[in-house]
Order: sequence, then structure tokens, then C-alpha cells
Amino acid sequence: MGGVIFGYLAGVIILLSILVITVKNPVHSVMFMLLMFFHIAGLYLTLNAEFLAAVQIIVYAGAILVLFLFVILLLNLKDELRMKRTTWSWPLGVAAAGALFIAAFLSLRSFVPGTKGVITTAVIKAETNTKVLGRILFTEYLFPFEVVSLVLLVALIGAIVLAKKRQRS
Amino acid sequence: MVPLNWYLLLSAAVFFIGVAGFLSRRNIIILFMSIELMLNATNISLVAFSHYLLDMRGQIMVFFIIAVAAAEAVLGLAIIIALFRNKATTNVDEMNIMKG
Repeated sequence: MGGVIFGYLAGVIILLSILVITVKNPVHSVMFMLLMFFHIAGLYLTLNAEFLAAVQIIVYAGAILVLFLFVILLLNLKDELRMKRTTWSWPLGVAAAGALFIAAFLSLRSFVPGTKGVITTAVIKAETNTKVLGRILFTEYLFPFEVVSLVLLVALIGAIVLAKKRQRS
Repeated sequence: MVPLNWYLLLSAAVFFIGVAGFLSRRNIIILFMSIELMLNATNISLVAFSHYLLDMRGQIMVFFIIAVAAAEAVLGLAIIIALFRNKATTNVDEMNIMKG
């Protein structure tokens, strides 16, 4: 049963990610990506990561993709639809990616998992996934969490500065 | 139970589809989406590790990656808008002003 669900999710994710990089219209690309994010959230559910599945949908599907759509609609892409979709060097790029994939595939054979931790399924069931995540996030990883808030602030200021129209004096 | 290697293989496949897209497309927005694909691929493998190694730290890492991806998308799209204002194109071949 788990294998069937994984097979469905994996097949759809790979198919949709190929569609994302091959279709011509960026709006269609974003729509395929939206569907792919939902499937990735489903994959997280099969891995007992409910909180991340929710965050995946809220942040990626709800915020980042809407931002992409806004930008695509802001830019006038009528001319873009008429131009060739790939650079002249695309066979090189695809070949490089394929070679890297084969390298990763071969290196997977010599992979040895590290020592196991203590957060078993029973612990997650007793305490819920979100609570365990929050407990570790706000104790062991409190400082990185604060740093992330700074990163988001910098992004906010940077976006305003970059997108602002330059004043001509 | 699905073996860990299947998840890692799926993650590698999505990652290198993203690499292929990044190296072959001309539209800078699609290039950006390829980067998002790659980030998602790493997220899949981190969550899989977290589940199979009974350790929550993988999911914490994914949490941080999602936050950084959001920041990165915002800045990248702001750069795209600034570029489009100067060049009126999203074709990366025409963005060669810094090419000595």
C-alpha cells in the first residue's frame, strides 16, 4: 500500500517537474508547479511530517507561487512567447544534468545511514509532530530561528529597495 | 515500507530536472522556478532522512530552507522586475551587460 502511494506521488512529481521546465508559457509552468507542490506535501504526509506538509502548501503554494504569478502578470510576456524557449547550449546542459544524476545514482549504492535518533513514531504519536518540532526549534535551534527572522527582514528591505523606481534628479 | 533509497532517488531526479531546466531555458522566470525545484528536491531528501533516521533535525532544516527560499524568491523576483525595467526582456541571452 505504501509502495503504491509512493509510486503515484513520485511518478506525478517527476512528470510535473519535467512539464515545469519544458512548457513554453510561464503561467502554465507555475500551474504545474502548484500541482507538484501539493504532491510534495502529500509525500511529506507519508513521511509523518504533517507540519511541513501544511507549511509547504501555505508558504510555497500560497505565497511564493502567487508572487511568481504576480511578477509574470506584471511583465509583458507576449514577445517572450514567440521566442525560442531554450538557449543554444541546451543539449550540454541536459547532458551535464544527466551525468550528474548518474553520478548521484551510483554513489547511492555506497551510502551508509548514520546513527538513529530518539524521535520514533511512538514519540511523535504521543506528542504530535508539530509539538516535537516546536520543542526542538525553540530550544536547540533558537539562535538559528532568530537569524532566520533577520534574513526575512533583509529580504523585505532588499525587495523594496530593488523594486523601487529610481528617482531622476 | 518504502526504502529510504527510493526517496533519495526521487529527490535526485527532481534536483537534476531542475539543473537541466536551469542550464537550458532562456526565460529568467523559468530559471527561477528551476531553483525552486532544486530546493524542493533537497527538502524531500531531508524529510526522508528525518523519518528514517528517527531524528527531527532534518525537518528543522527543511523549515529553515523554506524560510530562506521565500526570502530568495522575493529578492530574485525584485531583481527580475528591475532588470525588466531596464531591458524589457526576460531572455537571459540578452543580459550580457557585465560580460567584459
